[in-house]
Amino acid sequence: MIQKVIIMVYNKRLDGRGFDELRSIEAKAGVIKKADGSGYFRMGKTVAYAAVYGPREMFPKFKQDPKKGVLRCNYNMMPFSGAGERVRPGPSRRSKEISFVTDKALSPVVDLNDFPNAVVDVYIELPQTDAGSRCCGINAAAIALADAGIPMRDIPAALAVGFIDGNVLVDLNYEEENLSHFIEGSEDVPDIPIAFIPSTDEITLLQMDGMINKENFMKALQKAKAVAVKISEAQRNALKEKYSKDVASNDNHEE
Amino acid sequence: MVDFETKKHIIECLDKGVRYDGRKNADFRILEIKTGFIETAEGSAHVKCGNTEVIAGVKMSVEKPFPDTPDEGILMVGAELLPMSNPKYEGGPPDATSIELARVIDKGIRESKTLDNKRLCITAGEKVWTINVDICPLNDDGNLMDVGSMAAIAAILDARFPAYENDKVDYKKKTTEAIPVSKIPIAITVIKIGNNFIVDPTELEESALDARLTLISMDNGELCALQKGGEGPLTLEQIDKMLDLGMKKAEEIRKLIKKK
Repeated sequence: MIQKVIIMVYNKRLDGRGFDELRSIEAKAGVIKKADGSGYFRMGKTVAYAAVYGPREMFPKFKQDPKKGVLRCNYNMMPFSGAGERVRPGPSRRSKEISFVTDKALSPVVDLNDFPNAVVDVYIELPQTDAGSRCCGINAAAIALADAGIPMRDIPAALAVGFIDGNVLVDLNYEEENLSHFIEGSEDVPDIPIAFIPSTDEITLLQMDGMINKENFMKALQKAKAVAVKISEAQRNALKEKYSKDVASNDNHEE
Repeated sequence: MVDFETKKHIIECLDKGVRYDGRKNADFRILEIKTGFIETAEGSAHVKCGNTEVIAGVKMSVEKPFPDTPDEGILMVGAELLPMSNPKYEGGPPDATSIELARVIDKGIRESKTLDNKRLCITAGEKVWTINVDICPLNDDGNLMDVGSMAAIAAILDARFPAYENDKVDYKKKTTEAIPVSKIPIAITVIKIGNNFIVDPTELEESALDARLTLISMDNGELCALQKGGEGPLTLEQIDKMLDLGMKKAEEIRKLIKKK
């Protein structure tokens, strides 16, 4: 009896994208009127809103820092935003961890030395997710902080990359993050969310789960760096668009 | 609460029939309703009313029914006052305001008997559909009660059952079957400031209210739920006036929604 051996090679992406192609992205600034600054970022079917309030007095008081202001990020999935069952509202272990790493991803570019005892609150809400939600949230939050006029060195850009069968995959979606569920016999793709400071190429968020060797990992980072430029452009354009509109409407008032 | 001088000024203006944003006492802000834009939800709605913006989503699951209603489906309405939507909200467990909001919206849908609960039953005593409606305000500039209620009913109308095969819900596959809904309950909140009655209050007007009355009414003009709020008492004559205004407004909004 001859046994057929099928070797699966992931040489074409499930959604037809090129290996270094992002999903369609969309960025907006100033989407939430009550907030001091706000942003919207969409990567494929993953959508994030971010609102910034502050600098304002920090409560509870024992968390105040008399030397500088504190950045406080809060990541939350809306109850209907998951692919499967309803997500229970309120913080989970996962959302607390993501809030924490988001904080660390954004803090290095934010200068709060002029605001002792104050807090800058960043609220990230996801109405719909399809993998890459922490990166999408960071992208929206970075726009929101800039929109709020918080002193910043740069605007971080984040995305997730993976690696399979000799190729780096850029901006994984849910199917690729769980490839073995969708393609029989396939291995799982390592998932590497990264955030860059574009002007210095420094990395402020780095996580990985999955199996990968060092050489391929470094390849994945290089590719991520190259593609992050596109996210950065979208963020900047969103801010420019909002402020050119603001300026135009101010001019009208003066007339 | 708003300070004394501001409140006095709001009342003086209302006495002359002027609101800060130029509306008349019985005017709603411009309404925009969008549905079916969230793919992970079985149904979704985005309602914009002036600067107030709310997203509602429906998630469906199969659960064990309550022992006293073994052949009826279950409706659950949740509302979270997201700190994103207004600087006055803090994170953490839901407070009385958000619980009241969720319960009034829940009451409106439940008491209107618009859901055919019996048709949500799969196996009596064992398996029934549960409809979870969650309301998430993005921007709160007043009147979350009416706007949230509108978003909830729009999301329910938009919802389609996910596939259910071999005792498992397949959220990847949506069927074409809609939730059995027969009527559209509409919530209108009338607030009293001084001797004036207004609808669709902004956040500032809400903070100056003496009393509010939310009435939820049906196509045939019958009321299905009421809730009074605010510190001030109301006389029978005042309630009479508020009901008239609210029900007239509900008819207008119903026509607007039916057009869409």
